[in-house]
Amino acid sequence: MFGRLPLVVSALLLLICGASIFSVRAAAQTQNTCLACHSQLDAPLKVSPDDYTDSIHAQKGIVCVTCHGGDSSSSDPARAMGKAAGFRGAPEHKLIPEFCGKCHSDAAYMRGYDPSLRTDQFSQYLTSVHGKLHAKGDIKTAVCTDCHGVHDILPPSDQRSRVHPLNVAETCSHCHADAAYMKPYGIPTDQFADYSASVHHEAMVVRGDLSAPTCTTCHGSHGAAPPGVDSVSHVCSTCHVFQAQLFDSGPHKDVFAAMGLPSCVTCHSNHRIEHPSDAMIGTSENAVCMKCHTDGDAGFAAAGAMHDDLTKLDSSIARSDEILGRAERSGMEVSEAKLAEADARDDLTKARVEIHAVQPDTVDRDIQAGLKVAASTYQAGQSALAELRYRRKGLVVSVVCIVFVLIGLYLMIRKLETKVAH
Amino acid sequence: MITLARTADWLEEHFRYSEILALLRKKTVPVHRFSYFYFLGGMTLFLFGIQVVTGILLLLYYRPTPNDAFESVQYIMTQVRFGWLIRSIHSWSANLMILTAFAHMFSVFFLKSYRKPRELTWLSGIALLVLVLGFGFSGYLLPWNTLSFFATKVGTDIPGQVPGVGHWILTFLRGGEDVTAATLTRFFAFHVALLPGLATVFVGLHLLLVQRFGMSVPPSLEAEWRAKPAAHREVPFFPNFLLRELMAWYVVLAILGALAAFLPWELGVKADPFASAPAGIRPEWYFMFAFQTLKLLPAKLGPVNGDLVGVIGFGLAGLVWTLLPFFDRGKSGRVTRWIAGAGVFVLAYMIVMTVYGYLAK
Repeated sequence: MFGRLPLVVSALLLLICGASIFSVRAAAQTQNTCLACHSQLDAPLKVSPDDYTDSIHAQKGIVCVTCHGGDSSSSDPARAMGKAAGFRGAPEHKLIPEFCGKCHSDAAYMRGYDPSLRTDQFSQYLTSVHGKLHAKGDIKTAVCTDCHGVHDILPPSDQRSRVHPLNVAETCSHCHADAAYMKPYGIPTDQFADYSASVHHEAMVVRGDLSAPTCTTCHGSHGAAPPGVDSVSHVCSTCHVFQAQLFDSGPHKDVFAAMGLPSCVTCHSNHRIEHPSDAMIGTSENAVCMKCHTDGDAGFAAAGAMHDDLTKLDSSIARSDEILGRAERSGMEVSEAKLAEADARDDLTKARVEIHAVQPDTVDRDIQAGLKVAASTYQAGQSALAELRYRRKGLVVSVVCIVFVLIGLYLMIRKLETKVAH
Repeated sequence: MITLARTADWLEEHFRYSEILALLRKKTVPVHRFSYFYFLGGMTLFLFGIQVVTGILLLLYYRPTPNDAFESVQYIMTQVRFGWLIRSIHSWSANLMILTAFAHMFSVFFLKSYRKPRELTWLSGIALLVLVLGFGFSGYLLPWNTLSFFATKVGTDIPGQVPGVGHWILTFLRGGEDVTAATLTRFFAFHVALLPGLATVFVGLHLLLVQRFGMSVPPSLEAEWRAKPAAHREVPFFPNFLLRELMAWYVVLAILGALAAFLPWELGVKADPFASAPAGIRPEWYFMFAFQTLKLLPAKLGPVNGDLVGVIGFGLAGLVWTLLPFFDRGKSGRVTRWIAGAGVFVLAYMIVMTVYGYLAK
């Protein structure tokens, strides 16, 4: 009779526990009097409950009183925001870095929420241009909330976050593209426009490659500062490893250093880094080499030789590609040749990287290897088209033979049936 | 000439072929305004013969494993002398064979040649059509390219909808839950062993039945001939009809050659089972009407799965079509008219749905 009693009792207990947890949560939510009032107030005191609820702080259980102090359970404003309840209010703008840093620099405290989260943001900030200006009392300079938001802070991985890779450039541009705002600092304000026209922006926004660089990739985020002349190559080489190694092994490194020219930026620019083309190298008016070299010097000859090599292989690949495409469209099987063509492209890419060492012989070695492959794939295309012509000729011959046989059969049938009729 | 005569004598002595020739000469084929339809069956047979010959040649190089299948077909097309021609003809001939088989079936239907005593000829013909479609379906996967891989996935999902035995059919066809190496090996076995064996039996039976009952004459013509016996014309099967049939075969051969030279059958891209299905996956044209119908059906028709309704509907329609000779005895004009109307509807439906399937995105 009592066989099922334990089961029933356990189920009832579970129900009661569940209900009590639910009621406690509901009570906690309904007792947040801060939001109840501040959601009704006008800016700057307004707090949108939706923005707050979505924020990483709300998600992790960081409530109003954690930052602001006070008593969120009291509906009496004097008590809720009274000194007795430890109310601190909103921190002054100049105190925000220290205010956020209280938790975010506390490794032991932060470990409880996300052990992988860095806790050096504040110390990095102090080394940044923003932090240094802030320390001097410049209230216009960026503090945590300028980039991350206030009550609506989202993790950087959230696409809606101001500091998500896709949004970083726009966030920085709020100040850095504002000429009037930036006037006292005497720095250009065209970085965002330049970056928006760059190959990096295209990779990030058009191709959706979140690993492509944005402002913080080169300048740092909390420790943001412009890389100096000496360190530019280190910044670029974090991604463009081979180009940097080759540049360091070539003659330009020392010459650039002696002339006080930044390594990569001298040829590629900084924010407006356009898609590199073979036209950048060479002796034409638009080639970057002509900024320093003139007719008759060794660099002029080397630039011309490397440009000629690159364009030679590029046009050979284009020629092979065109003929293979034509053969393929005619239904010929040329996939092996197309696969081999990829080797020639690899050689071209390799040569385009090699030019950073400015050694025409090394570049030429890759170019010659690529030319050999492109010549063989072009030959394969020619053979395919010749085969196609051969097949069509064969078809004409077979059709003529078949027509003769058909005429013969027709005559045979007519003869047979005429004979029978007679 | 003397050698030829001697060979003929030797053959006569050892084979007695003159008796067979006499029998063939005795056989006659009616000549009338619908006689051209008689060539369709022969054309299908000729294309089947081409399939056998080119199939055997392809077998010399083809390797039925996911690692080798695509490469072996690529090798046939690029390295083997005239391999491109053999593979292209095999693919084009397969499609033409299915086309002529359908045309043959509809001509038999509209000329009412399925009626008594040719019920078994009709049934064996339907069995051959099913086998031919089976050849098409199993052969499509063999090059192991992206399109064929995913089309097979979709195609084997459809019988999986059949209640009760659906899952069993699906695993039987695939050799497991998914399209894998096991599917390729068994499709290869179906294509080169099981289906050819069955087809040989049914082709033999079909031809035997055609020989037993002779060529059917449409009822309207029979009536005309009864009223005007002088209009009745016949030609001997051998050599008169056979020579005409030979002409039709040569025309087909020329078409096949032209298709192979001007529109070589594409190989596509090697299948990657881990890649997601490319957009616009669709079956071969002869399954398009059924595929498009299933696509148009809503996910749920009342409480029942839409695809299931489609599969059951096609199953029942196929069954009725197969048993047609037993419904139409030619005794009731009303039944005959209804069946002719249904035939027109079926043909129009298949054409419209096929065209729609290719035009719809």
